[in-house]
Amino acid sequence: MIWQIELVVLLIVIICGIGAITVKDLLGAAILFGAYSFMMCLLWAIMGAVDVAFTEASVGAGISTVLFVATVFRTSRRTKD
Amino acid sequence: MKTLAIFIVLLFGGLLIYCTLDFPSWGDPQAPASMHVSPRYIERTMEETSVPNIVTAVLADYRGYDTMFETIVIFSAGVACLFLLRIFKRIEPETQLYRHIPTGITLRIAKGAEPPRESREFERIDLMWVPYDLIIKTSARLIVPFSQIFALYVIAHGHHSPGGGFQGGVILGASIILFAISHNLRSSFTRISEKFAVLLCGLGVFIYAGTGALSIFLGSNYLDYGALSKIFGVDPVTARSHGILMVEIGVGICVMAVMVHLYYNLASAGRHDEGL
Amino acid sequence: MNELISIIMSKLNYWIYIVLMMIGLYAMIAKKNLVKKIIGMNILQTAVILFFISLGAKNKATIPIIIHGHAAESHAIQATDYINPLPHVLMLTAIVVAVATLGVALALVIKVFQQYQTLEEDEILAQLKDE
Repeated sequence: MIWQIELVVLLIVIICGIGAITVKDLLGAAILFGAYSFMMCLLWAIMGAVDVAFTEASVGAGISTVLFVATVFRTSRRTKD
Repeated sequence: MKTLAIFIVLLFGGLLIYCTLDFPSWGDPQAPASMHVSPRYIERTMEETSVPNIVTAVLADYRGYDTMFETIVIFSAGVACLFLLRIFKRIEPETQLYRHIPTGITLRIAKGAEPPRESREFERIDLMWVPYDLIIKTSARLIVPFSQIFALYVIAHGHHSPGGGFQGGVILGASIILFAISHNLRSSFTRISEKFAVLLCGLGVFIYAGTGALSIFLGSNYLDYGALSKIFGVDPVTARSHGILMVEIGVGICVMAVMVHLYYNLASAGRHDEGL
Repeated sequence: MNELISIIMSKLNYWIYIVLMMIGLYAMIAKKNLVKKIIGMNILQTAVILFFISLGAKNKATIPIIIHGHAAESHAIQATDYINPLPHVLMLTAIVVAVATLGVALALVIKVFQQYQTLEEDEILAQLKDE
């Protein structure tokens, strides 16, 4: 484990998380959440949890994003906060 | 409300940070979590189940009950989505859109008029009109079969490499969702219909529970795959790895069907006519 | 001083996980949009999962797949050579259950939108008061 890489990835994760809950557009929030999941998957791969990283890459970044986009498509993109 | 939320969150975070001072250092091999159960799994998995990937062995064999009810949770999520959203009444829209495929002309059929039959010449398209895109459809057609082969590889090779039923099932479901997004929801229903998807959800759970019941009939405990050696004709240790493969297939089928089913319901808001 | 730095270095990861958890919790409490609340719930979930995985991490150890596969009988398997697999198993199933709950939550959101034509919590409450 190289702690510098891990620290950088952790910072990107936090930035993506804050971005996902502050952006004023639900489609953008869904895509930022996908980026967050990918970074999280990278973090787990660094920690040696390869099975969990694989699951997160397919479930969190793939299917969750699609489900969010489908819901936003069926409801509205508007958000006040 | 916002100040209250910030106060609660800071209080909670401060308490947790105070608690971390009692934690073992990060990555300490002598941490209490690594001292008790896991050394036995690491040292004995190979001789007891002959599966090199410890995670797969623990998931499907040592903690088989846990994974079985996990699969049932996923199955019930699919059924709950069906009950929440599905609208069985078919509402015919005011107008229908058809595309004449050889020329690319879009026809608008008013209500009451006779629509053309679906054939090689005419194709019904969604009311939210999207232009016909050859590049997206062709590249999706190229990607889908390879990702399906990869998903089968992930399910079958989960014993020796990262992977297994959950991951492979999700990739298999994602390939079908990719097809549904790149074409439209109607053409993916001709491949995997709603009834077939719900049937597969149940079939996956049935394969998992049936493997457990099979070992009861062969005179052993529920989900004790060593008893399957009488069917496969191998020694009990190898039979355990075959039993793990069987339940992984069940998990894969169930997860794939639930993912596809969730997408169908969410993308069409339960009406199953037009989607993303 | 050196002691303080070594404490910070060994706990920094945990503190960052707690910050992530606080972000998720804040979104669940303070945001008024329902989809934002669900995103917050997912961030909270992944932060907890991350914390669990990091409990199993070991320095100078490899991923939990036995090296040499079936020829490993001739090699002694040391528990300190492999990362603790137990948190991985528990969290792997937790991730898949998370996507199942996400599906049900989004189905509920679509139902709420069909009823009230909005996703904002305060507007829904105002409509409920008018009835």
